Amino acid sequence: MDFDIKRLGFTLLGLLIVLNWGLLMNAFMRKIGARVARRIGIPWHQPWIDLFKNYSIRSQITHGLMFYLGPIFRLSGGVGIFLFMPMIITGDHWLNYSFQGDLVLIMYFQFFGMLGMALGAGEGGHPYSAIGISRGLSQFTTIEVPLTLAIISLAIQYDTLSLADIVRAQQGGFMHWSMWTNPFATAAGMLAALGTLGHSPFNLVMAPNEIPIGPPTEYHSTFLGVLQSNGAILHVVEAALFMNLFFGGATNWIEFIVKTFLIYFWSVFVGMVFPRFRIEQSVTWFLKVPLVLGVIAVVMFM
Amino acid sequence: MMVDDKNKKKFDNPHYAKREVIGPDGKSFIVDPMNDYFCDARPKVHEPNIIPAVEKFLNWARSKSLWVLGFGTGCGSIEIPPLITPRFDVFRFGIQMRPTPRQSNVFIISGYLSVKTLKRVIRSYEQMQNPKYVLALGSCTVNGGMYYDSYNTINRLDYYLPVDVYIAGCMPRPEAIIAGFNKLKELIREGKGEGANLYAKNFDWYKANQKKIIKDWNMPDYNW
Repeated sequence: MDFDIKRLGFTLLGLLIVLNWGLLMNAFMRKIGARVARRIGIPWHQPWIDLFKNYSIRSQITHGLMFYLGPIFRLSGGVGIFLFMPMIITGDHWLNYSFQGDLVLIMYFQFFGMLGMALGAGEGGHPYSAIGISRGLSQFTTIEVPLTLAIISLAIQYDTLSLADIVRAQQGGFMHWSMWTNPFATAAGMLAALGTLGHSPFNLVMAPNEIPIGPPTEYHSTFLGVLQSNGAILHVVEAALFMNLFFGGATNWIEFIVKTFLIYFWSVFVGMVFPRFRIEQSVTWFLKVPLVLGVIAVVMFM
Repeated sequence: MMVDDKNKKKFDNPHYAKREVIGPDGKSFIVDPMNDYFCDARPKVHEPNIIPAVEKFLNWARSKSLWVLGFGTGCGSIEIPPLITPRFDVFRFGIQMRPTPRQSNVFIISGYLSVKTLKRVIRSYEQMQNPKYVLALGSCTVNGGMYYDSYNTINRLDYYLPVDVYIAGCMPRPEAIIAGFNKLKELIREGKGEGANLYAKNFDWYKANQKKIIKDWNMPDYNW
């Protein structure tokens, strides 16, 4: 592939938009959480100020090389998903670097960030980090099972592993979305989305009041700033993944913003209603209903 | 172990003793927890940014994003839950609770400090990163308050930690704590919230005061 400066420029601009939209969306969701608790909540610009504050901390301590690399791996996981994810399907400006088979790479990048973070946080040496990592990895392994089954079902249905092709196949109206043509895969995928977006029933990895605060316990200042930036990007691209797979993708930025917001809100809504699961509960939960739905989705299209 | 006073109790927890251990591969190696687990390098003075406009902007961001360490000492910690719940809701003002000292900027000393707690407070304070601020609640931290003649509480907090803002009262109500936070924000925006650098500059004086009070000093002089 030859070097295309215009494409690179659009991709970087897209990353900037996604980062800022992710920060704004996080603020909205925290405000929604606050309103549910009858508080007013943070101002909408608080995530940016927190980010500036964290980057402006003067002193840093390190526990070794992997401690440095942990947040970088995590960030490259989030940015990696972004790079291979088509954002806006019309035209070819916002397709980023999606290609035939990008879905496999996106699945890989989802785990890549977590593994890098596990190594980095492990070197931090804090016992809560180790607990958070073991919980996070075991939970994510079970999340991947229904998610992968849903994706396999879609791949058989549309006969492709290219995300852009899956989105193009869903164009032409509301009833063409995979949500209607493949409801079982959508159900399995959206239940897995609750886990990947990390809100309440499945937030025992961070578990703010129990193991403060899981893997990033030792991370501070710039390290934490990198992790926060990645969190903002990751929330948007995860929502964009589900949007592309099940809800017909986006044809412009307004549609993108509305759909990603609603998909993220789905996990926040569930999180507001249901309390946190323990690790064995959440692991077995993913291996029950979502797994059965995923198997049905695959069998239907075999 | 900088215990020079003969009267002080020598700490001899077997878990912290230097010892030889045989590993799973049959080779023996030395474990010295006091050196392996802690870093005892002295704190450094971190000068503010040399460009005044940049420092002013960063100070504005710091004042708008105060992360409070969830560490309650004494009776004043009961005044913190009303702050973060609907009645007073300090999230509106950019004040958030953080469970780990690494990520916190503000340490609220919420009331009397027993000597046992002071030790934990010092460890937690030293683990916080450089721009860090101490908010002292109640008359106990000013002059001992109703515990002024107690055998195991300290009377004046700023002998041991650099305090940015005192909030008088017994106990100060949440409104008073919010007023204290506003004062702290003013100080930070004026560039006067340099408690961490003050601590680093007068490190020997603070350490001497701390060691005068804490009898079983079983930690390095400075643990980050």
